[in-house]
Amino acid sequence: MRWLYLDYNATTPIAPSVQEAMLPFLAERYANPSSSHVLGRMCQEALEDARGQVASLLGADRDEIVFTSGGTEANNLAIKGVLLKFAPGGGGHLVISALEHEAVVEPAKFLERWGYDVSIVGCNRQGLIDPAAVAAELRHDTLLVSIMHANNEIGVIQPIAEIARLCHERNVLVHTDAAQSVGKIKTNVDELEVDLLSLTGHKFYAPKGIGALFVRRGVALEPVLHGAGHEGGLRAGTENVPYIAALGRAAVLAGKSLAEAGERLALLRDRLLARLRDEIGPELRVHGELSPRLPNTLSVCLPGIAADDLLARTPELCASTGAACHRHTSAMSPTLAALGVEMEAARGTLRLSLGWYTTEEEIERAAELLLSAWEALR
Amino acid sequence: MPEAQVYLDNQSTTRVDPRVAEAMWPYFTEQYGNAGSTSHAYGAEAREAVAAARASLAAAIGAAPAEIVFTSGATESNNLALRGVAERPRRRGNHIVSVVTEHKAILDPLQRLERRGFEITLLPVAPASSSDVGLIDLDQLAAALRDKTCLVSVMLANNEIGVLQPLREIAEVCRARGVWLHTDATQAVGKLPVNVAELGIDLMSFSAHKMYGPKGIGALYVRRSSPPVRLEPQIDGGGQESGFRSGTLNVPGIVGFATALDLCLAEMAAETTRLRSLRDQLYAGLLKAVPDMLLNGPALDQPHLRLANNLNCTFPHVNGEALLLNMKTIAVSSGSACTSASPEPSHVLLGLGRSLDEARASLRFGLGRFNSPQDIDIAIAAVAQAVHHLRSLTSR
Repeated sequence: MRWLYLDYNATTPIAPSVQEAMLPFLAERYANPSSSHVLGRMCQEALEDARGQVASLLGADRDEIVFTSGGTEANNLAIKGVLLKFAPGGGGHLVISALEHEAVVEPAKFLERWGYDVSIVGCNRQGLIDPAAVAAELRHDTLLVSIMHANNEIGVIQPIAEIARLCHERNVLVHTDAAQSVGKIKTNVDELEVDLLSLTGHKFYAPKGIGALFVRRGVALEPVLHGAGHEGGLRAGTENVPYIAALGRAAVLAGKSLAEAGERLALLRDRLLARLRDEIGPELRVHGELSPRLPNTLSVCLPGIAADDLLARTPELCASTGAACHRHTSAMSPTLAALGVEMEAARGTLRLSLGWYTTEEEIERAAELLLSAWEALR
Repeated sequence: MPEAQVYLDNQSTTRVDPRVAEAMWPYFTEQYGNAGSTSHAYGAEAREAVAAARASLAAAIGAAPAEIVFTSGATESNNLALRGVAERPRRRGNHIVSVVTEHKAILDPLQRLERRGFEITLLPVAPASSSDVGLIDLDQLAAALRDKTCLVSVMLANNEIGVLQPLREIAEVCRARGVWLHTDATQAVGKLPVNVAELGIDLMSFSAHKMYGPKGIGALYVRRSSPPVRLEPQIDGGGQESGFRSGTLNVPGIVGFATALDLCLAEMAAETTRLRSLRDQLYAGLLKAVPDMLLNGPALDQPHLRLANNLNCTFPHVNGEALLLNMKTIAVSSGSACTSASPEPSHVLLGLGRSLDEARASLRFGLGRFNSPQDIDIAIAAVAQAVHHLRSLTSR
């Protein structure tokens, strides 16, 4: 069976040119970049080139990029890093949103156990967070606000710049989990006005196991991994040079193709939605339809069915019923709950996420498969 | 890379064996699923690959699959072990015992714990002049343990001088006092047989890039039975790895890790003999060229006390950095790669009682799978030439 992959928000294949960039470092360029010999220095240069490429995609400077093992570690470093640095004994305050990924929620829960306060800001039924609502949560001891840039399930893009402006008026640092937006839409740290931004390679055609944290110059953090002083002392551990080179190349590709790929994917996504809506009618709901959204993401609720059953009838189609990191739970995803979606509608919700290799034919085929399964189940 | 340079820095990192790269490749290209995706075949393929690798790695060290926690490498494994135990709300107390010659990835987390109020005891090792060079004293260990000791961490094989600590005896001492034992076995796994059950270890760090696997992947063995070791996770999120370590799994890295260890085990006996003879060739050649050279670490005829591929020597009256700069044809190091950016002399050699000058005049040779007798000849010539050149400059 040829798989029809519409789960790019869970993970992406590695682009051929990214594979090429990685290959030499899995073969003859294998030295430890910390070594002072010629072979080590060559790997050090590759590391710094890649750092520059990632920085360039974000509009940041090279020394503002810290490589990590992925988005989860980057979020842990940002959130724990700020709170543990500025209030080492506990007692600081953190604001997050109700839409955050577990990689933000769980560090926040960790901090709560350690004596920090956490406030959670909600969103409207369209998945948008009101910057004024964030500002209303700020206190004299608030150290950090962490709001995701684009949601992994519904693709809604938050007004990060406005939120950041209000936070900065109160001297509060701002972090954004941009794991889903980097490589899909523009993510310029100066336009977003953020102090910290997390990204992960495997959401934009680089391997799993590599990510980065943008740390604006002057922002101090307590490291999560202690050891020899790699990454400016912020992240110990032998650098994963092949994956870092891959991340750099992926950043270059993303930077080049952002506008064009975004337009193409939005067209394909809208065609898929139109096909579904033509057949199913106005009962078909799109979560966050009226909000700014990622061009590749479609979170639809098909009436009268359970999305699990639907996918069981379409084994060829790879899509997701919630965030991929979720194990089978009967509970509604926190994102849908934050939108005020009813249990019935949550069960019928399917996430279809497109990517660089999605074709028109695949979209037609996906629509056919979904519609015939829906007909059969209804 | 310049083909001319002979790589003798295999304790810093190793080349990915082409067979390992080949095993990883499908997971970069075709089978790219997220092991956390439960609703489709791509996720299932990734999960199966991870499960097979986990079972294989576990079997290789005498553990159960559920006792393997994948991390981004040995540094993370060490952090998870040390701080994971130290930060448990219900622990025995705030005292940790380790050794002066540990890697920075142990010493730095311990220093930070010390700043937070933990008590850290670092055991000394026997001096260079002793026949037990580099080894800890078991009586000293026993005397250091207290009712409030929550963890002992002793490296199995040292990354600079290759000495092997008597882990089984150390484990007995710890077990008698009910104290958990962690070992950083990064330099040992893949080079010698390591069985956690036989050794009686509770926690063990190891990583792929020291055994011809990829960088960016490692594991922590966490004993899960009689009684299970409990840890406070250090990276929180989606709850992967039974909650011990969150983050999307590095599937190609995990597959490469298991393949790398499989190959090491299959070739271990023959490879150890081959490396030992290359090392003896290197030592003999160097000693002939520089008769006042000193050996750092256990005697070469004591295979049970040292790694076969390691040779660390002091060349009196020369500067190690200058020596490195004068050897264009070989890649070696003056100590641990992770600290080579810092000008300080090796804390391991100082721990053996070497003077600052002696420590600075030392080189570490790490021999590996892709080295040949010709490489050794090149290395001997390069060191001899550089030492004589530098000595001729200073004697003028």
